[in-house]
Amino acid sequence: MSHAEHITTRTWRKPPFIANPWLRWGLVVGFVVYAIWAVSTLPFDIERISQGFTRAARIFSGAVPPNFSRYELLIDGFLESLQIAILATLLGLALSVPIAFMAARNVAAKPIYLLGRAIIIVARSFHPVIVAILFVKAVGFGPVAGILTLTLYSIGFVAKMLAERIEEIDWGQVEALRASGTPYIGVLQFAVLPQVMPRQIGLAIYQLDSNLRASAVVGIVGAGGIGATLMNAFGRYDYDFALAITLVIIGVILISEAVSGRIRRNIG
Amino acid sequence: MSTSVAERTWTRYTPAQRWRRFATLMIVVLAVVWSVESIDIIWPWVWDAPAQVGDLFSRMVPPDVSRLDAILWALVETLNIATIATFAAVLLSLPIAYIAAQNTTPNRFTLWLGRFILVSSRSVNTLIWALLFVAIFGPGVLAGIIAIMFRSLGFLGKLLGEAIEEIDRRPVEALEATGASRAKVVLYAIVPQVVPTFFAVSILRWDINLRESTVLGLVGAGGIGVILQGAIDTLAWQIVATVLLAIIVLVVLGELVAAWLRRKVI
Amino acid sequence: MLRIRNLVKRYGNGEPVLRGLDLDVPGESVVSIIGASGAGKSTLLRCINRLVEPSEGSIELNGLELTRLKREELRKARRRIGMIFQGFNLVDRLTVMENVQCGRLGYLPYWRAALRKYPAEDIERAYHLMERVGIAHYANQRADALSGGERQRVGVVRALMQQPEILLADEPTASLDPVSSRQIMELLQSLSQELSLPVLINIHNVAEAREYTQRIVGMRFGKLIFDGGPDDLDQSAMDAVYSGTPAAERQEAAAGSWRMATS
Repeated sequence: MSHAEHITTRTWRKPPFIANPWLRWGLVVGFVVYAIWAVSTLPFDIERISQGFTRAARIFSGAVPPNFSRYELLIDGFLESLQIAILATLLGLALSVPIAFMAARNVAAKPIYLLGRAIIIVARSFHPVIVAILFVKAVGFGPVAGILTLTLYSIGFVAKMLAERIEEIDWGQVEALRASGTPYIGVLQFAVLPQVMPRQIGLAIYQLDSNLRASAVVGIVGAGGIGATLMNAFGRYDYDFALAITLVIIGVILISEAVSGRIRRNIG
Repeated sequence: MSTSVAERTWTRYTPAQRWRRFATLMIVVLAVVWSVESIDIIWPWVWDAPAQVGDLFSRMVPPDVSRLDAILWALVETLNIATIATFAAVLLSLPIAYIAAQNTTPNRFTLWLGRFILVSSRSVNTLIWALLFVAIFGPGVLAGIIAIMFRSLGFLGKLLGEAIEEIDRRPVEALEATGASRAKVVLYAIVPQVVPTFFAVSILRWDINLRESTVLGLVGAGGIGVILQGAIDTLAWQIVATVLLAIIVLVVLGELVAAWLRRKVI
Repeated sequence: MLRIRNLVKRYGNGEPVLRGLDLDVPGESVVSIIGASGAGKSTLLRCINRLVEPSEGSIELNGLELTRLKREELRKARRRIGMIFQGFNLVDRLTVMENVQCGRLGYLPYWRAALRKYPAEDIERAYHLMERVGIAHYANQRADALSGGERQRVGVVRALMQQPEILLADEPTASLDPVSSRQIMELLQSLSQELSLPVLINIHNVAEAREYTQRIVGMRFGKLIFDGGPDDLDQSAMDAVYSGTPAAERQEAAAGSWRMATS
């Protein structure tokens, strides 16, 4: 502390956030240099950008008012999204249970643990749209690709949360069952599962909500649902229909968020 | 004797609980039956799917690293998109959070304006924003940056606004009592209280944006996705494999950096 | 000189919390306000610097009528009134020096406040006051690193930094342990003498009120019912201030059967 010096000279400066001046100024300079460089690499095409505003005006005037006349297409697309979300949630939850057990350090053997973690990391690293585009190539356009994509997406999230939950369970219950001679699977079923299941229900609701959002997006690359409808409308410059679809997506997402929030609060 | 034994059966749930569980189960079963039955699926394709996926993977090995320099440059571009967009969004989200928080907003109109901005930003996915901005500004990094920015605004603004609503009111009262102006009360009593959330939320969003930036290219908005799309379109599966590995490395590194920053800053 | 006349405060359409209260505090005196919880002590103090808007009546500080000031004038007037809080109300994540300098915010240009470029005389004054109360060595510590008694000293210095014409202390010792509590009371008493500063203290602890103040004011249900020296506060006066419950009195008042002589 240099307070004695402060009292004699009677000046005061706020103690810096990073005490070491070299590190502090190094970070500042590094950040500024990076920022300038990063912005300078952007290939700005001023002419193209300046056209942007007239284009924006044209798009908006084409989009307003939204056109709901093809509501049948809209409803079909949305129902398909809902089906994709439901099936993917169910498959994802079912598959994430064994994967979570594999990826929990305290119940799985080391090689299995590493395998489980690797599955989770891969499932989490790829944005669902990338996964969707691959599945579309593999199994063709349509909802199957969407379901497979969102199943993987659900596994990435649910299995991770579940594995963390399994890692922090009360170990006493496990030992109690082991002491009574219960086999390994029995221990998992009666000592571990009951401790993690309440979490699983909350996760299921959350994941359904989350999958519904994502299903609107994976459609953009051809994996079915409302996203495909939106992409078609956009591709055909039907901006008024595209706006109608976007508004419906927003409305559905808001409702789904409110419902899932309420259910999760109720089950505590 | 026999009746008393019968009475002593044990059930895990009360009848009401059982009814609720049964009803929930029925809803789930019905939803699934409806989904499976009416979904527009060509079942032979489904049975064929594992073979197809396996085939796709087999064509990816070994990954082709001949275009590694282009891929690495695209990774850097992806990183730049995420970082610039996060930074801009963080700055822009501050005033929005201020007017969207019930205890700092100047009046009812600004409150609703703030909430409207947050909801519209949050409800539209990054990729949909990207579609729009590609249509406006043409394909390229700029459309990507703006798309990420627009989506991040709602996320950052909402969480920051909630942090502002949860601050300790007492220092605010004390500084008002000293005769400090509104702007100075914000600076001294509110800002220090939301700084930890500010950093936590910004780092979290940067991490998310890094992932989102990897797909922008699929709709033409720059980054590694452009190479991925090109490789998929030309069926160059070995290059696709390299790109996918590169994305994993980028995302995992991003997560590590984010975790490190969180420890250092908060 | 603080002059309060016929002060009324009512929240919404409910029963008034302050019911036509009169009080004079001449310069350089320490006045304790005692009374049961809900008697309106805290509301009274907050009406003076208008953290709470008074409904009726007048409050005059050294000739300035406070109740009718507009925003900017009110800010200027608040700079002249220091306040100390039960919960200290410090900004935990700022350093002690920054918390102390908060008292000068009403005087500083915005850029100085934002950049922490405090004028030299403010820093000098802050060190002087912090040495006086014994917290100068904490200048660069975060406020939440200090103990309760030390935090309240920061609160006191923050108020004194305003160079106030009066000090309002709302239960300044209620969150403190007995030793710190006595130290803070002693501090307020001696500061009042050194700086010729009138101090108005809301206090629950009647023993401390007797020991550290020359004048005690008793409040009950929005009115002053006792005003005198520590020796005048006998058992019957204590009963008058503390007996009964506010709820019962509120009911009586609502029924119109409640009469009480004002002091």
